[in-house]
Amino acid sequence: MKYRYLKDVVTLNLDQSKCNGCGLCLEVCPQQVFTIKEGLSSITDRDACMECGACARNCAPGAIYVRPGVGCAYAVLMDKLGIKGKCCGDTCGCTLEGTSDY
Amino acid sequence: MNDGRDLPMYESKAVSCCSSSPEQEEEISYVNCEGFLAGTIETAIDQVARVKAELTASDKIGSFKARWGVGRMSYAVAPGLYAVGNPTPESPVLVSANYKLSFDSLRKELGGLDLWILVINTKGINVWCAAGKGTFGTAEILRMVAETKLPALVSHRKLILPQLGAPGVAAHRVKAESGFRVIYGPVRAGDLPAFLKNDCKAEPEMRRTTFTFLNRLVLTPVEIVGLLKPLAGLTLAIFLLSSTALLVGGDQYRLLAVIAQTAQILVPFILAALTGAVLAPALLPYIPGRALAWKGWVLGMVLAVILLVGAYSNTSWLLKSAYLLALPAIASFLSLNFTGSTTYTSLSGVVKEMGVALPVMIISASLGAVALIVSFFI
Repeated sequence: MKYRYLKDVVTLNLDQSKCNGCGLCLEVCPQQVFTIKEGLSSITDRDACMECGACARNCAPGAIYVRPGVGCAYAVLMDKLGIKGKCCGDTCGCTLEGTSDY
Repeated sequence: MNDGRDLPMYESKAVSCCSSSPEQEEEISYVNCEGFLAGTIETAIDQVARVKAELTASDKIGSFKARWGVGRMSYAVAPGLYAVGNPTPESPVLVSANYKLSFDSLRKELGGLDLWILVINTKGINVWCAAGKGTFGTAEILRMVAETKLPALVSHRKLILPQLGAPGVAAHRVKAESGFRVIYGPVRAGDLPAFLKNDCKAEPEMRRTTFTFLNRLVLTPVEIVGLLKPLAGLTLAIFLLSSTALLVGGDQYRLLAVIAQTAQILVPFILAALTGAVLAPALLPYIPGRALAWKGWVLGMVLAVILLVGAYSNTSWLLKSAYLLALPAIASFLSLNFTGSTTYTSLSGVVKEMGVALPVMIISASLGAVALIVSFFI
């Protein structure tokens, strides 16, 4: 099943005029946000985006923009309080580790 | 033996694999590798340590401890090249993080295969988190490819990366700067044998993250450990309040009565903490709504109502108000914290829900605290 998070909040954008249709964004996206339509990538499930930034980082022509970040309230809180380097500390359950990530 | 080799790191790995080279992070010590190595193999450039493709008791104990937050920040494997089985120059190269849980979950799936594992230095952090920080990244891969003399060792020019490493790695830059083509493998290590057999093509389901009941549950122990300190503080506060109220009231101080009262008042708070930290993650997809703070609040409210009509129906109206205000706030805060463990929450979404939820939580919990304190003296 696909988890749904908040609607219409993500910063993801695709400039199709720069897309070369390589399809790497489809490959790296863990949330199946993109599909290839008529040889070009297209955003078909924008709200599923978790802003990991994999697509933008791997887009050679630079057609994709997203402000990448970790959707972690603890990290945001520490950042707001000005406490640096506290993320992934001993109290962080961080994503997927060991269960499926390698 | 190839003496006169100029690869100190490799040499040390072959001999005592865990000594780190000087340029590595000082504060991270690497786990003793004796348990997971199975000898070395000779290659064109040097000896390479061979890892076992199964987990031993000590690996499992180590994983268990890391899950409960014990020594978790130094649960790292020395970066470098490792062999699985009897790899040749044609064998595939897998890239992995040096968090031991990541490394273990990779190698345990590789029984019967012959390949290379390039462990890069992610400072003991798992692939996805490290990719988000950029430590599982383009620069570190390029550095390790050069340091391990990979181009001289293998005849092909392909690196297989975990798909979840992609946020940190620009495949086109790795190709341009090292000649190695990055192939993103499946999300889960368990799919690697099928992926390799299928000519490095991933089936669509291999590309999807899953977040099953077990995946969620395995992440909760560390949340429980995080609760111990605040709960200890709360216990002490209630104990002191109870004692003070008794003394102010002019009654004779009876320790047993104070302990009993403390325990009775404390239990709902412990239940609320467990609701937010364990129950909300476990039931995540079944709780209505989208925001995690909301999901936790709903469960916390359900808990409060159950307690107030049930076992706590005879308590004062002030204490009841305290529970109604504080329990949902506590559960809400802790389930909001679980955003860091989920596979689908975005930074923009988290910032948005925090903007609404945090003020509500703070006000609600503060009013609850006031009601709790006053309830001792009325």
